[in-house]
Amino acid sequence: MTDHLVRDAGERAPLYRPHVSRLWWVHRRSYRLFVLRELSSVFVAWFVVFLLLFLRAVGQDDAAYQRFLDWAANPFVIAVNVVALAFVLLHAVTWFNLAPQAMVVRLRGRRIPPRMIMLSQYAAWVAVSAVVAWLLVGR
Amino acid sequence: MARRIKPTERPVEPLLWLLFSGGGVAAALFAPILLFLLGVAIPLGWIDPPGHADVLALARNPLTRLVVFGVCVLSLAHWAHRFRYTLYDGLQLKHSLINLACYGGALLGSALAAVVLLML
Repeated sequence: MTDHLVRDAGERAPLYRPHVSRLWWVHRRSYRLFVLRELSSVFVAWFVVFLLLFLRAVGQDDAAYQRFLDWAANPFVIAVNVVALAFVLLHAVTWFNLAPQAMVVRLRGRRIPPRMIMLSQYAAWVAVSAVVAWLLVGR
Repeated sequence: MARRIKPTERPVEPLLWLLFSGGGVAAALFAPILLFLLGVAIPLGWIDPPGHADVLALARNPLTRLVVFGVCVLSLAHWAHRFRYTLYDGLQLKHSLINLACYGGALLGSALAAVVLLML
C-alpha cells in the first residue's frame, strides 16, 4: 500500500472510466422512458423533413401538391406520422413539464411560481396550435 | 497523463445548449399540430386539404417563411444536440464522426430549408 502511494507521488491520477454496457437502460422503467424521450429528437428531425417536402411540393405546382397529398395518404407514411406524432407529443409534454425546473424567473424580486411558468407554456402551445390550424385549414 | 480540460477550450458548447433549448421550445410548439394536420388528419380524410392557391399564398407570406425557417433551423439544432447525446450516453457510442454527422446534418438541413423557402 505504501509502495503504491510512493509510486504515484508526483503523478496525476488517471481518469476513472467505468465500463458502461450499451444496454444499461433496458433494465429499469424510468431509464427506458428516458431513452424514449431522448429518441423523440429523431422524430423532430422527421417533422422538419416532412414539412420541407410539403413546402417543396406546394412551391412546384398544383400537380406536385396533389402528388404529395397522395404520398402522405399512403398507409406506411401515415403509420410513420402517427408514431412521429406520439413522440413529438411526448417531447412537448416532458419539455413543458421540465422547463420550470430549468429556469427561474424573477419579477420584482419575487420568484414566479413554477406552476405559472408551466401553465403559460401550455397556453402558448394552445395559442400556436390554434393559429396554425386556422391559417392552414380553418379559413 | 490525463489532461485537465480548461473551461475556455470549447467556447461553442454554451451556444449548442442554447440552440438545443430554443429548438426544444420551437418543436414542442409547432411539431404536434403540423404533424397532426398534415401527417394524420388530412391524409385520413378527417379534414379537407387546403386548396393549392390558398396554401401557396400562405407559404409565400414573408412572415410564414421567416417563422418556418426559424422552426426548421432550431428543430434541427435540437435534434443534432440531443441525438448526439443519445448515441453518446444511451448507446455508449463515442466517435468524432457522430458530431460531424449530427451538426453537419443540421447545417445541411438548414441550408435545404433556406433553398426550399426561397424557391417558393
